[in-house]
Amino acid sequence: MTKSIHDWLFSILPEGIASITEMVLIAVAYLALFAIAGLYLVLLERKVAAWFQLRLGPNRVGPFGIFQTMADALKLVSKELTSTDRVDKFLYNLAPYFVIVTALLAMTIFPFSKQLQAFDINIGMFFLLAISSIGVIGILVGGWASNNKYALIGAMRSGLQTISYELSVGLSILTMVLLTGSLQLSEIIEIQRTGGWLIWQGHIPAIIAFMIFMIAGTAETNRAPFDLVEAESELGAGFHTEYSGMKFAYFFLAEFINMFIIASIAVVLFFGGWLSPFGITEGITWFPEVFWFFIKVLLIIFLMMWFRWTFPRLRVDQLLTLEWKYLLPINLVNIVFMAIVIWLNWIL
Amino acid sequence: MIVFAIATVSSRKVLRAVMYLLFVLIGISGIYFLIDYSFLGAIQIVVYGGGVVVLFIFSVLLIHHVELELEVTPLKKKISAGILSAVGLGITLWAILTYPFKTANSYQSIEVEEIGRKLLSYEDGGYILPFEVISILLLAVMIGAIVIAKGKKLGLKEGEIENRE
Repeated sequence: MTKSIHDWLFSILPEGIASITEMVLIAVAYLALFAIAGLYLVLLERKVAAWFQLRLGPNRVGPFGIFQTMADALKLVSKELTSTDRVDKFLYNLAPYFVIVTALLAMTIFPFSKQLQAFDINIGMFFLLAISSIGVIGILVGGWASNNKYALIGAMRSGLQTISYELSVGLSILTMVLLTGSLQLSEIIEIQRTGGWLIWQGHIPAIIAFMIFMIAGTAETNRAPFDLVEAESELGAGFHTEYSGMKFAYFFLAEFINMFIIASIAVVLFFGGWLSPFGITEGITWFPEVFWFFIKVLLIIFLMMWFRWTFPRLRVDQLLTLEWKYLLPINLVNIVFMAIVIWLNWIL
Repeated sequence: MIVFAIATVSSRKVLRAVMYLLFVLIGISGIYFLIDYSFLGAIQIVVYGGGVVVLFIFSVLLIHHVELELEVTPLKKKISAGILSAVGLGITLWAILTYPFKTANSYQSIEVEEIGRKLLSYEDGGYILPFEVISILLLAVMIGAIVIAKGKKLGLKEGEIENRE
């Protein structure tokens, strides 16, 4: 489909304009996906929460409340953007865009199916880590510029948490990259076509890496049980206490998109991306491979929501102990273990 | 980028200066991406964006208040700094313009694997020696940071945060 659009564009327009139009189209498609994914993940989160707490959840707007988050978004768009007099205006306004742009950039490199990938860069995984490492700057700056002690504490905690757990995310990805021998996402998936998904190929070290990745990934997105950043009972709303309207919505959306990104990384690295389980739809050419990708992503997201509504929040010292005294050493040993597994060719 | 570079040194609010610096660094990585050095571009973002600038922001967060402004630099210092940077620009431009560049005939983008092999090869043109020297330097820096951070009582965490540099 993308190819036919491409051909059609180049046939009716001169080359320069056609490629620019194509870029714009891709950008618009991604923005749409971004918005829809964000909105419906919020709804899903509320539904799952309600289910876990034996409530009904949103059920007034539309059948089963499916337009609830649309209505919320409309409300947020039409709300006044308030800010206090004593904020650092420039940085205060910059911070939400910083957070959302990095999230969007990270999303561009995922292969949703064989044909559907915007930016197949040969350092894919590394690029992801690079982009996610600057996302935290938006939170730090937003918290500081708000000129509010709760926001500042939230921002400091966020920085501490992200810097610590980034290490675990990076190392667990590195463990899997040892196995794939490539950083390019499309190639990582191709490897899994023969020989099964990587979590199967890499067996024990891969499963350990997956568990570490899920823990660290949840912490990276500042979700419960690692939501010290915006711990409502202690800090009001943490770093976005002073934000309102759409600027708050940017932070909020970015959080859900980051969850989507973490789940996508997990799917690509461990569960074969858009490949079907046991190759059941391998021969069917019309079957959209995107389906498998999104099903897997949704399952992982559901797992993360499950975490959120199951575990209580950690204290700051427990958070740091978990990372530096448990996850990091386990991870380092695991990398060596993975190297031995590959060296002795124990891959399944 | 040049505008942001000037803004970095002329801004009177510390964190704004840091942000302008970040824009300059990201711009540089953008140039790397444009010339297809995507590995170097990503390294630039990780090290400068994710590492150095985040540490800057942390230190600013700890010691500065939003309404605090830096003092205005005296004109004399401004002029001397301007002259110095103009001289530096002159020398660089002269070096670039007089260097006989050749157009590369066969070109292919560099794979990460190649870089890795080159870094660890001990044959001619390998980079194992600088690689090891840098590792030892980093180890020394880490130990130094831990010792300083430790002080009298045990406070390992500050030292360990340095590790990711």
